[in-house]
Amino acid sequence: MFNRLFRLSSYSAATLVLVILAAIFGVLYYYARDAIHDFGFWHFITTSTWEVGEDDEGGVFGGLIPILGTLFSTGIAMLFAVPIAMGIAVFLTEISPEKLKAPVGIAIELLAAIPSIIYGMWGLFYFGPILQKLFGGQSNSLLTAGLVLGIMVIPFMAAISRDAINTTPSVLKESAYAMGATRFEVVKDVIFPYAKRGIIGSMILSLGRALGETMAVAFVIGGVFRFPHSLTQPTISIPVLLANNFAEAGDLELSAMFYMALILFGISFITITIAKFFFLKDQK
Amino acid sequence: MNLAMDTKEFYFTYAGAEAPTLKGIDMPIYANKVTALIGPSGCGKSTLLRSWNRIHDVYPGNKYEGEILLYHENGNEENILDYSKEDELIRLRQRVGMIFQKPTPFPMSIYDNIAYGLRLAGIKNRSELDGRVEQALKGSAIWNEVKDRLKQSAMGLSGGQQQRLCIARAVALKPQVLLFDEPTSALDPISTGAIEELVTELKEEVTVAIVTHNMQQASRVSDYTAFMYLGDLIEFDKTEKIFVNPKEKLTEEYITGRFG
Amino acid sequence: MNATQRRRLLLNRLILILSTAAAVIGLAFLFWILTTLLIKGIDSIHWRIFTHDLVEKGLRNLIVGQMVLAGVASLIGVPLGLLAGIYLREYGVNSAFARFIRNLSDVMMSAPSIVIGVFIYGILVAPVGGFNGWAGSVALAIMMIPIVVSTTDSMLSLVPQELREAGIALGASKAQVILSIVLKAAKIGLVTGILLAFARVVGETAPLLFTSANNDYFTLNMDQQFPSLTVSIYQLATFPDKPSQNLAWAGSVILTALVLLINLTTRYIFRKRKIK
Repeated sequence: MFNRLFRLSSYSAATLVLVILAAIFGVLYYYARDAIHDFGFWHFITTSTWEVGEDDEGGVFGGLIPILGTLFSTGIAMLFAVPIAMGIAVFLTEISPEKLKAPVGIAIELLAAIPSIIYGMWGLFYFGPILQKLFGGQSNSLLTAGLVLGIMVIPFMAAISRDAINTTPSVLKESAYAMGATRFEVVKDVIFPYAKRGIIGSMILSLGRALGETMAVAFVIGGVFRFPHSLTQPTISIPVLLANNFAEAGDLELSAMFYMALILFGISFITITIAKFFFLKDQK
Repeated sequence: MNLAMDTKEFYFTYAGAEAPTLKGIDMPIYANKVTALIGPSGCGKSTLLRSWNRIHDVYPGNKYEGEILLYHENGNEENILDYSKEDELIRLRQRVGMIFQKPTPFPMSIYDNIAYGLRLAGIKNRSELDGRVEQALKGSAIWNEVKDRLKQSAMGLSGGQQQRLCIARAVALKPQVLLFDEPTSALDPISTGAIEELVTELKEEVTVAIVTHNMQQASRVSDYTAFMYLGDLIEFDKTEKIFVNPKEKLTEEYITGRFG
Repeated sequence: MNATQRRRLLLNRLILILSTAAAVIGLAFLFWILTTLLIKGIDSIHWRIFTHDLVEKGLRNLIVGQMVLAGVASLIGVPLGLLAGIYLREYGVNSAFARFIRNLSDVMMSAPSIVIGVFIYGILVAPVGGFNGWAGSVALAIMMIPIVVSTTDSMLSLVPQELREAGIALGASKAQVILSIVLKAAKIGLVTGILLAFARVVGETAPLLFTSANNDYFTLNMDQQFPSLTVSIYQLATFPDKPSQNLAWAGSVILTALVLLINLTTRYIFRKRKIK
């Protein structure tokens, strides 16, 4: 009796994962349906106006600017983070003296655990002003947001890539050395091909993190509904739009916000699914 | 009889270890012969083998003392322990190849596995590459099995085929010496037989040193045998002497299976 | 040395230098952030912020509030995550359903936290008519579940099969074997997994913004808006006055110290087990 009950409850808990995910899609869609009805899909994502109508009723809402802001900031983040994270991963596995491997590795993992709001605050008070001095424009800008986001995902990406690289059997590396390969040639021809899936998977998981990140970006992107004509101008991303304007939104605007959340969830769902199914399949 | 390598008063200490793992080894390797290294596990036979192409240098902090001479075809010799620059080590490893316990095909096609080392050595010409790859595969008795699928991944081959591929990969560089580190310990008896046959054929072209824990294998394939115990070389002689009439009591006890 | 060789060695040296430089740059940024925190922390942390609430320029109610939110989230999320993980490893194993749920759980782990907040707003804030502590805790619980599922799943897979068979051979039921043998054997791994899940959500801001929102006063009543350290940091940091910003830095330092402490503790516990 107890046996069956236990099995049933654990089965229900497992099913709950599916139920929650379905409910997220369902609830977001339910609240978004007014906006979906009024603006459609293609029109919504290509409209750059976000204006509440008179008397706080109705209005015209389009998601183009936050969608672009999300994609651009994530793009900058990846351009910055990928080479540095790969450098760290290669350094930690193949170059670093034995004594440094553990402490630097642990430091990287701890940094990956620091709440993202800390990165945001540092960007707001320290990094943004420096970038402004260097490149002009504004302190809170697309560039600042992208770079802070990049710095935030570096430890995460480096840690997973390092683990993937470490799965390369040492005898495989030795046999390349035994043919007279240099360290770089071993990394390029043996390690990267061998750990390819794990490394690309780590990049896509980091991409997913950057796409959905709120707090590291909220402080430094500026939060203004404007298309940035240069990197050093402020703009807005989907998570930041939600974080700043959600609580005060009127009826149709709130519906449009849910629509934005649904689109963000969709993008991140697809990204992560690709990472899981195509690249990280054999792990675990 | 010509020498291919000569090891003199050689000590090896692993990084962080207090005592040396190899304690004063003196041992010749004769050219175009097969030399087997036998002894119970932990005796240092693999450590010695791995010193001969300085693969230990992949990991920092290991210490070599003594001399390991490598003879050129013109009779000149060099102490490989004097090498310190990376290009010297690279050239050493192109001259002294190595086959490992487990087959280690690289994650690339069969063709590229063989061509890899050749490209590293600077051979870019397509027809020369094709010729050397074919020659190496034929020389390693695997050409007929793979000639129709050279572009396929090497991971799809069986364990025995993979190991012969790895031998072909090493042979392609035309090394002077080939080091085998228990090359059949992960293989079935039939694949083992094929590898052993290959080893005896190879000595026409190269000098072979092979570590094995299988004494029948040592007696089947080798011309000379070295018996090692706890980091010392106990006895080195012609293989039939070692197996029929060993000088040392320890050797006799080991080959008759009384310990080890 | 021929030309090919020279080119190879040069390229090798170049790439190794670049890679080391990348590592140094990355670490320098991270070091910069940490020193900033440390300096700001020494500057801004006084005893009085632990004894006063936000209305009196202290952080007491916020720290307590954040811990309560994450604590209640654990009470909801940990049992569910454990049960689901148990199902995956002990009952489902490699069935199609178990693999499907395992993948979904991994996908859910990477869902944007702000979306979780929006979702909870839709089911626990809008229908009730106002922000409340429960909504915040449920949002955090939803973030915890997939983390606990994944660690439970992998920790249970480390328990040797013979242990389960020995239990069954003694006549124990499957549920008894799981509860009295398997969970005990995996205890330390499970505890570290739970601690890490807690550390992960205790620093979250986005899912709380419009679920539990914030409260300047001390309260333990989860039906009301609930005080949150992270939400307050977000608000305080954007105020123009120095004292507010300093309070935000103090909060950040305390939060980071807490998260790092939990991480180091789990590391210590886990390593100790390995040595045994």
